[in-house]
Amino acid sequence: MEEHLLTVRNLRVSFDTYAGEVQAVRGVSFYLDEGETLAIVGESGCGKSVTIQTIMKLLPTPPSRIKEGSICYQGKELTALSDKEMEEYRGKEFSMIFQDSMTSLNPTMRVGKQMIEGILRHQKISRGEAKKRAVELLGKVGLPNPELVYRRYPHTMSGGQRQRVMIAMAMACNPKILFADEPTTALDVTMQAQILDLMNQLKKELGTSILLITHDLGVVAKMADRIAVMYAGKVVEYGDARQIFYNPCHPYTWGLLGAMPNLIQDVKSELYAIPGTPPDLYAPPEGCAFAARCPYAMGACLKLDPEEYVCSDGHVSRCWLMDERAEEVTPPDGVPTLPRKSVPGKPSGNTLPEGGTAHE
Amino acid sequence: MSEILLEVQNLKKYFNVGKGQTLKAVDGVSFQIERGKTLGLVGESGCGKTTVGRTLLRIYEPDGGKILFDGKDISRIRRTEAKALTRRMQMVFQDPYASLNPFFTVGEIVGEGLKIHKLCANEKERQERVYELLQMVGLNKDHANRFPHEFSGGQRQRVGIARALALNPDFIVCDEPISALDVSIQAQVVNMLMKFQQDMGLTYLFIAHDLSMVRHIADQTAVMYLGTMVEYGNTKEVYSNPLHPYTQGLLSAVPVADPDYEKAHQRIPMDGEVPSPVNPKPGCRFCARCRNATDVCRSETPQLKDVGAGHKVACHHVQS
Amino acid sequence: MTNSGISGVSGVELKQEDFVRLPKERNLSDAIVRPSVSYWSDVFRRIRSDKVAVMSLGIICIISLFAIFAPILCPYEYETTDLLHTNLAPCREHWFGTDSLGRDQWARVWIGARTSLLIGLGGAIVPQVIGIFLGGLSGYFGGWVDMLIMRIIDVGVCIPSLVYVTLIMLWLGSGPAAIILAIAITGWMDSARVVRGRMLQFKNREFVLAASTQGAGSLRIIFRHILPNILGQQVVSVSSAIPGAIFLEAYLSFIGLGIKSPMTSWGQLCQVGASFYRLYPYQLFIPGLLISITILAFYLFGNCLRDALDPHLRD
Repeated sequence: MEEHLLTVRNLRVSFDTYAGEVQAVRGVSFYLDEGETLAIVGESGCGKSVTIQTIMKLLPTPPSRIKEGSICYQGKELTALSDKEMEEYRGKEFSMIFQDSMTSLNPTMRVGKQMIEGILRHQKISRGEAKKRAVELLGKVGLPNPELVYRRYPHTMSGGQRQRVMIAMAMACNPKILFADEPTTALDVTMQAQILDLMNQLKKELGTSILLITHDLGVVAKMADRIAVMYAGKVVEYGDARQIFYNPCHPYTWGLLGAMPNLIQDVKSELYAIPGTPPDLYAPPEGCAFAARCPYAMGACLKLDPEEYVCSDGHVSRCWLMDERAEEVTPPDGVPTLPRKSVPGKPSGNTLPEGGTAHE
Repeated sequence: MSEILLEVQNLKKYFNVGKGQTLKAVDGVSFQIERGKTLGLVGESGCGKTTVGRTLLRIYEPDGGKILFDGKDISRIRRTEAKALTRRMQMVFQDPYASLNPFFTVGEIVGEGLKIHKLCANEKERQERVYELLQMVGLNKDHANRFPHEFSGGQRQRVGIARALALNPDFIVCDEPISALDVSIQAQVVNMLMKFQQDMGLTYLFIAHDLSMVRHIADQTAVMYLGTMVEYGNTKEVYSNPLHPYTQGLLSAVPVADPDYEKAHQRIPMDGEVPSPVNPKPGCRFCARCRNATDVCRSETPQLKDVGAGHKVACHHVQS
Repeated sequence: MTNSGISGVSGVELKQEDFVRLPKERNLSDAIVRPSVSYWSDVFRRIRSDKVAVMSLGIICIISLFAIFAPILCPYEYETTDLLHTNLAPCREHWFGTDSLGRDQWARVWIGARTSLLIGLGGAIVPQVIGIFLGGLSGYFGGWVDMLIMRIIDVGVCIPSLVYVTLIMLWLGSGPAAIILAIAITGWMDSARVVRGRMLQFKNREFVLAASTQGAGSLRIIFRHILPNILGQQVVSVSSAIPGAIFLEAYLSFIGLGIKSPMTSWGQLCQVGASFYRLYPYQLFIPGLLISITILAFYLFGNCLRDALDPHLRD
């Protein structure tokens, strides 16, 4: 029986290009429960956007295609749905906000009209009611004078205001899941803080689940209940927020955490930077994709892709360092230390781990 | 006392936006940078920080004020002198995708300045220098014949750094060099910049909206708001004891990669947006968003005043 | 999610010695694995993979080859009259028949093709070159240069192009050069406007600013940095202007303003053929068909070229 709101299992997505097959997503599994925020963290090109665009069925096929895997929403298999059937879900059950609010709003249409169209597509109410609802939503996302905003064109607004309009539109039909693809990357910090607060507030009020994509761990810390760290098309570590931030087990996560200077710790002389560049998924390396950049790499890492090791309850890392045969390593400065509590040789297998409950 | 490499006095740059309106992008900004040090310039987009950098390099002609570089006023020099100056002042650009010409190979991009200034005796020598520069930024000579679109964002930004270093400059304006990059790559680039600073004694103007990175790299920090400087001082002092309400709000808005801290942390509310810099009203430019604004803020423009140890603030409510 | 054991599906067994830390100096991660492709080689690859492009280019090549070699290989001169064999239907001696003066139509059609193609190419390239030059100046330098050129264009576009054409034909007589000049004088204004716009757009791009901070002068910036970026689009507009020029020549000749006998062009052949088309339809239809095929081929090729050059469509 399915208990999670959304479950993605072993998803593989490839793009067919002139140069050959690019394996953008190479076996991703995660789940999302009602009312929680899952953050997918990773560098650009790691497949995080492709993953959620595949869930939303936003990618054109070809060039993209789902090679394998299932996407299960409330017990329904989404990969089997046609585009037409999927439209029922988009906007109503799922909605999405993008990084670039300018290109995702129609520049020739007034904000209000765009909102009404979205509302009427999924709700059987009159135009007048839809308008009332639109104005109410605009007020709810903190735009002053919603009646005035309703009549404005997108290009006359600032980036932050447009992002608020996007959120209002996304919330129009009380979606179950809000997909947010780098929603604040294009904004200034002050605007980012306002938008994130707004998202958190709406989540609390409406019980919406959020699937957040970002590369900024500061944003993750502020928003996420659970975190999946992606690298080169795979989830390399996942767990709840405190597990990932205070007890990270994968060298890539160490790298991400070490690379962030922050305002509450003392200034280090040098940041812990991950050298090099992520691999080109046109020819993914054999073994662990991170091995070429990993200062802790061992012979095993070049030979075989690591299995999933359970670090603690609900916290899984895909790294050979977790194996009992590997020697102890200490993570770099500024990264919380790694306790060796792995369950060796026991990959998490085909049952998805339960959401983390106990905090150590 | 160390030597001042660059001093900017009351720099102004206005743009005519039509209909008789002026956009005061930079309106009376002054600062100085010691040789071998870094000044961090922070502020929200539209505050004029990029314009400051570009005016220093004379991409824009300044409308007022002085730019003293190595003791010489360069704000009103002729074209030939400006060309000679490009050997000493360089720039790393914000967008690694737009700042490299798609029709040039990486080798041509890095070697262009060498060619223009005829710094190498022959083609082979230039080639060698280009390879050396690429090696310095962690790339190799196989990359020289490739085109920018084949590189990742971080690699491109490193190419941009190699280009800036090619002419052996004294001073580099880093115009938001990391804001378009992923966090892990940002650290790479910043470490690289800091290493070059140590090795070659470079001086940086580091423009950014990422406050945590500025705290890491800058010796001094200047906070800009709508074309004016609101706070200026030693980085440590500005970050540990921010006095201007804008700096306080900005610092408190930065998310910290620590969930427990984030849960406990109360953000200093600073809502609303940066108003338009076209025909600004008199008075403090921040007063529309300021919690402590009073009548004096709306009528009188506050001047930067020293509150001790070189820490300067432009706010009526801060006592010196 | 894989649920296989440690030994893995690949059958690789890991041993204890596999768990030893590797030496640090092995940074392979900056290697680029994809084959290197330059902009133009990518464009050629796209054109090659497009059937319509290959076909239309093939037709253009065949017609051009005929235009070059057919008159040389043909035993008849295009201007030699033979009053004993007038208005012949296509036969073994005269493949396309003869006209009312007994001139061999095969020779005339391919000589006409030379004229028409020359005017097509010239009429597309010359205004484009003028347009790039003046538009480039106008966009890059701005100020009074821009003002002057733009005002000239504003006035120029108000006058119907047929007025220029007629005046120039009266002044220079009716040769291919006069027609090209006539097309150029009206045509440069559009391309100048387009190039000016693109110039303004590129002038503030970061890579152009970067070049100027490297000390590059205006000439270097215009010719090495901005023009190559603009050129692709202008090549497209040249290839889509060719059918227009060919058609304009045909039209001018057809109404009697263009090429005059004994010199010939497809338009002129059509004009002559049209007067007798009830009796000798092949005199009209053969050149007419060639005009249509050529225009279509150029048009289709222009479209494919646009797709191939469009940066948004690159993968």
